[in-house]
Amino acid sequence: MSGRKVLTGIRRAAVAGIATLALVSSVHAAEKLKVGFVYVGPIGDHGWSHEHNQGRLALEKEFGDKVKTTYVESVPEGADAERVITKLAKSGHKLIFTTSFGYMNPTLKVAKRFPKVKFEHATGFKRAKNVSTYSARFYEGRYVVGHLAGKLSKSGILGYVASFPIPEVIRGINAVTLAARKINPKIQVKVVWVNSWFDPGKESDAAKTLIDQGADIIFQHTDSPAPVQVAEKRGVWAVGQASDMAAFGPKAQMTAIIDNWAPYYIARTKAVMDGTWKSSDTWNGIKPGMVKLAPYNKGLPADAVALAKSVAKGIADGSIHPFAGPIKDQSGKVVVAAGKTADDGMLAGMNFYVEGVVGSIPK
Amino acid sequence: MDGSDILVSAILTIITAATPLAFAALGELVVEKSGVLNLGVEGMMIVGAVMAFATGVTTDSAILAIVVGAISGAIVASIFGFLVLIMMSNQVATGLALTIFGLGLSALMGHGFVGMTFSGLPQLSIPFVSEIPIVGPIIFGQDGMVYLSVFCAFAIAWFLAKSRAGLILRAVGESHDAAHAIGYSVIRIRFLAILFGGAMAGLGGAYLSLAYTPLWVENMTAGRGWIALALVVFAAWKPWRAFFGAYLFGGITIIQLHIQGFGVAVPSQLLSMLPYLVTIIVLVFISRGSVRQRLSAPGSLGKSFYAAS
Repeated sequence: MSGRKVLTGIRRAAVAGIATLALVSSVHAAEKLKVGFVYVGPIGDHGWSHEHNQGRLALEKEFGDKVKTTYVESVPEGADAERVITKLAKSGHKLIFTTSFGYMNPTLKVAKRFPKVKFEHATGFKRAKNVSTYSARFYEGRYVVGHLAGKLSKSGILGYVASFPIPEVIRGINAVTLAARKINPKIQVKVVWVNSWFDPGKESDAAKTLIDQGADIIFQHTDSPAPVQVAEKRGVWAVGQASDMAAFGPKAQMTAIIDNWAPYYIARTKAVMDGTWKSSDTWNGIKPGMVKLAPYNKGLPADAVALAKSVAKGIADGSIHPFAGPIKDQSGKVVVAAGKTADDGMLAGMNFYVEGVVGSIPK
Repeated sequence: MDGSDILVSAILTIITAATPLAFAALGELVVEKSGVLNLGVEGMMIVGAVMAFATGVTTDSAILAIVVGAISGAIVASIFGFLVLIMMSNQVATGLALTIFGLGLSALMGHGFVGMTFSGLPQLSIPFVSEIPIVGPIIFGQDGMVYLSVFCAFAIAWFLAKSRAGLILRAVGESHDAAHAIGYSVIRIRFLAILFGGAMAGLGGAYLSLAYTPLWVENMTAGRGWIALALVVFAAWKPWRAFFGAYLFGGITIIQLHIQGFGVAVPSQLLSMLPYLVTIIVLVFISRGSVRQRLSAPGSLGKSFYAAS
């Protein structure tokens, strides 16, 4: 009898010991917040995933010892994503950023199983109690560079290398067109769709084609620096996408529209630390610094740069809205009346070209 | 820009788009003529691309970069050769694995080279001759690799049709058992063909990263290896047809971009599909032709060779 008692005693002690250990480790975990990131591309893509990783590095710099970040790159959208997100959630990450549209459903599925973990999904539209969404108003940046194009184009033709005909891309084309025509009403925008986010060869072919057809400024909504490189070689202007692409076109790149996720990542991490995190939908632009413009090319005329800066400032302080009426579509029909601005619903579902874009949207 | 300028410029763009395909397709054609199906073209191309770019950036020598591109393509191909010829592995599965391996390996090797640029290949410039309107820039204003691709088409066509070695290679591809019985080393001949195919794919990749878009980004071949594979079938295993097939494919790709730029109301998805569609249509017409045409595939294509049988 007494033997069994001793045994129970030992067992109790062991259980207590384990409990203490668990307590210690959980205290330790509370000190160090684990934040996970899932990227769709390699961090070396010099575009989308690269910028998300810059945000992660900024997070580490901001909080130092208080956070531990993990990232997984080149995760295909689909079943693999669910596995990777689950693994991050299981291994003690309390905040997980999933940074591509196609991670939407996997993120929600995993979030259901880990109600205590907070999830942040980029560019999606489905939310849950522990899932927020966030995206950037890139079109604000495009509206700024559109002014530069209006000032600088001599041929009156702008070339746009586009990926897929989704509202996000069409919004960018329209923002550029509206801005450029404000300066020079004769401007026309030619669009070439390459039906790919990433194909350096095809992107460069498209840029060459547009330049051959008279475009003297090249815009792109694809991810490789190839169009900027072509512009450099042909001696025309270009605008970088997602990252600063000046290395590929030191003379050609007027500026680049940079995705700056760092402030958002820092703010959301802080919210988790403070316990104030709430599911939300964020769509930020120039004002909070989510969309930034790379340093303007030194070869640009001073008045053009001054104009661009004043437009960026106007967007930041709210005095300028890129989609302020009157806006006419290609048929000349007024879609946004004078004195009004397009609301977020209209922006999010934009499926028409404004006046000045050549051709029609592929259906 | 007036009409002739656009024309010249479009033709120059077509040449750039066609050259990497021509290299890879011609190389694969020789491999298949020897009776081996190597589906790893994409993988060999991308390794050639990254190695050529890395060499070009570090040494600043275009010629060295091109050579390294070809050699590294051949090295990757030698893995394939060892597996399918010596270890008797399945050619289709091994080729697919080679593509996946090449994409991963190139990403690893190219890690430090993202964001760098290469000055591009020097272009031929003969005083006065290169300045002749239209003909000058097209015929006398290309970079060395374009001329090399034309030379390769000539050389391979001659080799397969006229040379004794080419005849032996074809014999091995048509019936490896018969060739073996006569006393030819099937394994050795096939291995050399595979190395050559790898080197050509490497050259195609080198052209991508040195001239087409002189930069390195992961996965920059974007499926061109697969197009090269399709071109070989499209060409009914005839070198000149493969070469012109590459130009046809490149041509339609560029023309559809021009159609879009002019604002013609044709869905761009349809236009993007056009090069593939035309390839399939031509393929259908070819295979409807005479029996000889249809039987132009090498008899032993894709079959493993056992010396014992």
